[in-house]
Amino acid sequence: MKWMLGFAMLMACVVRAGDAPPMAEDPQVEARLVVIAEELRCLVCQNESLASSHAELAEDLRREVRKLIREDKSDAEIKTYLVDRYGDFVLYRPQVKPLTWPLWFGPFLMLLLAVWGLWRYLRLRKNALLAQAEPQHEPIVDTRAKD
Amino acid sequence: MNKKFLIPLGLFAALVVFLAVGLTRDPREIPSPLVGKPAPDFSLPVLAGDKPFSPADMNGKVWLFNVWATWCVACREEHPLLVEFSKNSKVPVVGLSYKEIQPQDMANGPMKDAEKLQLARERSLRFLQRQGNPYSLSVLDLDGRVGIDYGVYGVPETYLIDKQGVIRYKRVGPLTPQILQDTLLPLIQKWEAS
Amino acid sequence: MIPELGQFALILATMLALLLGILPLWGAVNRNIVWQSLARPAAFLQFALVVLSFACLAASFLSNDFSVKYVAEHSNRLLPRAYQFAAVWGGHEGSLLLWVLMLTGWTAAVALFSQSLPLNMVARVLGVLGLVAVGFMAFILITSNPFDRLFPIPADGRDLNPLLQDPGLVIHPPMLYMGYVGMSVAFAFAIAALISGRLDAAWARWSRPWTVIAWSFLTFGIGLGSWWAYYELGWGGWWFWDPVENASLMPWLVGTALIHSLMVTEKRGSFKAWTVLLAIAAFSLSLLGTFLVRSGVLTSVHAFATDPARGIFVLCFLAIVIGASLTLFAWRAPAVTLGGSMGLVSRESFLLLNSVLLVVATGAVLLGTLYPLIIDALNLGKLSVGPPYFNLVFAPLMVPLLFVLVPGTVAHWREARLNDMVLRLRWIALAAFLLAIGLPFLFGEWSAGTALGVFLGMWVALGSLQHVVERIRKPGRIGGSFWGMHLAHFGMAVLVLGITGVKSFEVERDVRMALGDTVTIAPYTFRLADMVDVKGPNYKAMQAHVEVLKNDQVIEVLYPEKRRYFSSAMPMTEAAIDSGVLRDLYVSLGDPLPGDTPSWSMRVYYKPFVPWLWAGVLMMVFGGVLAALDRRYRRGSVSPLQTAGEALSSAS
Repeated sequence: MKWMLGFAMLMACVVRAGDAPPMAEDPQVEARLVVIAEELRCLVCQNESLASSHAELAEDLRREVRKLIREDKSDAEIKTYLVDRYGDFVLYRPQVKPLTWPLWFGPFLMLLLAVWGLWRYLRLRKNALLAQAEPQHEPIVDTRAKD
Repeated sequence: MNKKFLIPLGLFAALVVFLAVGLTRDPREIPSPLVGKPAPDFSLPVLAGDKPFSPADMNGKVWLFNVWATWCVACREEHPLLVEFSKNSKVPVVGLSYKEIQPQDMANGPMKDAEKLQLARERSLRFLQRQGNPYSLSVLDLDGRVGIDYGVYGVPETYLIDKQGVIRYKRVGPLTPQILQDTLLPLIQKWEAS
Repeated sequence: MIPELGQFALILATMLALLLGILPLWGAVNRNIVWQSLARPAAFLQFALVVLSFACLAASFLSNDFSVKYVAEHSNRLLPRAYQFAAVWGGHEGSLLLWVLMLTGWTAAVALFSQSLPLNMVARVLGVLGLVAVGFMAFILITSNPFDRLFPIPADGRDLNPLLQDPGLVIHPPMLYMGYVGMSVAFAFAIAALISGRLDAAWARWSRPWTVIAWSFLTFGIGLGSWWAYYELGWGGWWFWDPVENASLMPWLVGTALIHSLMVTEKRGSFKAWTVLLAIAAFSLSLLGTFLVRSGVLTSVHAFATDPARGIFVLCFLAIVIGASLTLFAWRAPAVTLGGSMGLVSRESFLLLNSVLLVVATGAVLLGTLYPLIIDALNLGKLSVGPPYFNLVFAPLMVPLLFVLVPGTVAHWREARLNDMVLRLRWIALAAFLLAIGLPFLFGEWSAGTALGVFLGMWVALGSLQHVVERIRKPGRIGGSFWGMHLAHFGMAVLVLGITGVKSFEVERDVRMALGDTVTIAPYTFRLADMVDVKGPNYKAMQAHVEVLKNDQVIEVLYPEKRRYFSSAMPMTEAAIDSGVLRDLYVSLGDPLPGDTPSWSMRVYYKPFVPWLWAGVLMMVFGGVLAALDRRYRRGSVSPLQTAGEALSSAS
């Protein structure tokens, strides 16, 4: 009787079509890989990230990164590993260092400058108009809120 | 009041200058951060022979390290130049056979490492017999690991390494007579003398 | 014969463009009515000649004339008819001819629809457009001639890139170019105004509908490109901050600022110099985009086959056109009058804030796109600036913009009361806040970023709805402007909600599937039912039959393919998508895998709210069209009050 049970169990394993297993051997490592690789640039297909590129070198590099992840290296260490070999070009997120200060702080400075400029402009403008305004030259334009 | 209206023009002029200079550059080329640093160590099997090779074996000599493969079309361009160079110069050229075994070789099923090594050796030796052999020896990097350590991203690439084992120059792409004359030979001279 | 005819037509068109560029402008200067009146006929004739030239090129493609080098390089006997036609603009030379076709088309349209404009203005505007056309036509004839012959004549052409054999290819570039080129009209109006010294509310009223239509096309073109990348490239991405994408986004951002700035100039005669500068900037960015794509200066998936000689030509053209415009600006703008007064809190100041935020955003995108080039030019190394940078820098600038959008539409002109606005908007602010807190839980995890996105999207959407409801209750006709504005703003809200939704809640599964295997992304299950070989007109493919189940019912079958085109080595992935109102289900077939049972790698995506991206874009496009077609802009419908007002404000 035992053999019938064993046989039935075996058949169950063989016959049932299964839940598709993930391509990745280790989903946790893979999840980390994707996060890191999306910030890295493929050196062959230079308009793609390391995560999505199909180039052979990209596959090799992903393999390397997986190995480093398994060795418990941090994100920063993994990026340094690649930068040591390929230079800053491989990072899609440029490092913040004197060379890239204009890049990282530029937009914020532009915003400050622009808002300050706007403020000054509105103030100056008010004064200039007060200086030159004479009542009868006010434009006859409907100033109620136009819907 | 008047001067500030010139700002847009000024900014634009600066932009044009940068764009003009940009036209002379190649955005795809990636300079190597390894220039000025010691050549990464490795121990790889050689094409012909039992004893594996390490860069340390070349200490005391100035040498060229050339990345190539039989499937690489661009390598054919520089190969005659390399062969001629090796005849005329005392500077040894070490070859790095990079990923000689390609995915299409394994279309009929995966290959064992020993099989890959054998096929790579046969194909490479056959190629060198036919096209000429500029290499004093050639090592086999089948999985591309050493290539990654050297920052290889395309084939062919060539490194100039000095007597202390420090990388002094890297060329991405085939060597041309121009580069040989204008850049490589002077550098070789310089580092030979030190 | 036909290619030669095409080339000849183009040469004639160039001569006409030269005539158009010189005589009417000169005629405007020395008040020569005869020369000024040459403008319109020259514009029409120029367009007709370019149409002829384009038709000749199209005929060469459709008749498989491989003696023409351009045809041989971009077409093939097996290529389906529609794609043979679309291949006309598939390469650099042909796409330039398309650009010129559109430029002369817009020029002719301005000539046709400008009956209410004074002749000397028409002469100047058309003249400027003619000069721009000369530059492009010369570029084609000298460096990029699509009619060059090839000898010996090949029996068949090289195929078009399989990626481009797609309905998206047929419409995306033409729509985008309509937008880029359309910005030249606002540019021409601005230059004409600077030259004549006639920079007033009337100028703004003339420019606005043209600018809005161009903006609508540009919005549509960018949206199409995104959509096409989404379904064509196989991994469901829709924006990559690729240099060429950025090149289309920048004129769009500045174009948006321009539309809003024109409103103020039209209404109150203010911001004239700023509006003119924006008009110059919008077109300049279009030209810059042309340069970036064709010069080889930046790496991009979109880049045409590059050639430094062409790059030099375009750069010189760019330098001349923009340099001259900005010089003219520096010379003439200081004399421009200030217009009406405005308070610190007023609709004008809100619109100015809109300008500022959009221009800073443009600056940020420009900085990020060009930084690698600048660093390389200074010999300081090679670095990359990619999506992480742009996302980090762009989003924070959009947040205040979306926030002030709502008060901006309700603020009074000239002087607005902050208290009144707060009172008016407090309920929708609360509603948006509550929705932001609550909605994310319905779809997955809550996060501050998601909540912020929901808040802003709901804030703008509710703001528009409230405004519309309030307005409908009041008597009086509501013009196209009003509907257009709110439709476009609502579309923006839908887009923001879409982006927030998909980025926050999308799920991807990368699995190996054998026949019968399933993968589940709740509440959907995907089952690989079958795998067959299929044959297309110029390709062979492996096609998967993937059943989609919900509650154990098959609701859909998807057919992702992996195609091998005959005349190209690259295999192409054709993803299969099931679109619903709230989500897309996206399946992409990978390579066959080694093993005893046949199995394949598959990528299955659950992408919520992606359809909202396209819906939002379409709403913006239609909103723009509605606004541009407002009766106000059509001939004879200008009220006497408005004309008097314009006359007075231009006198001040």
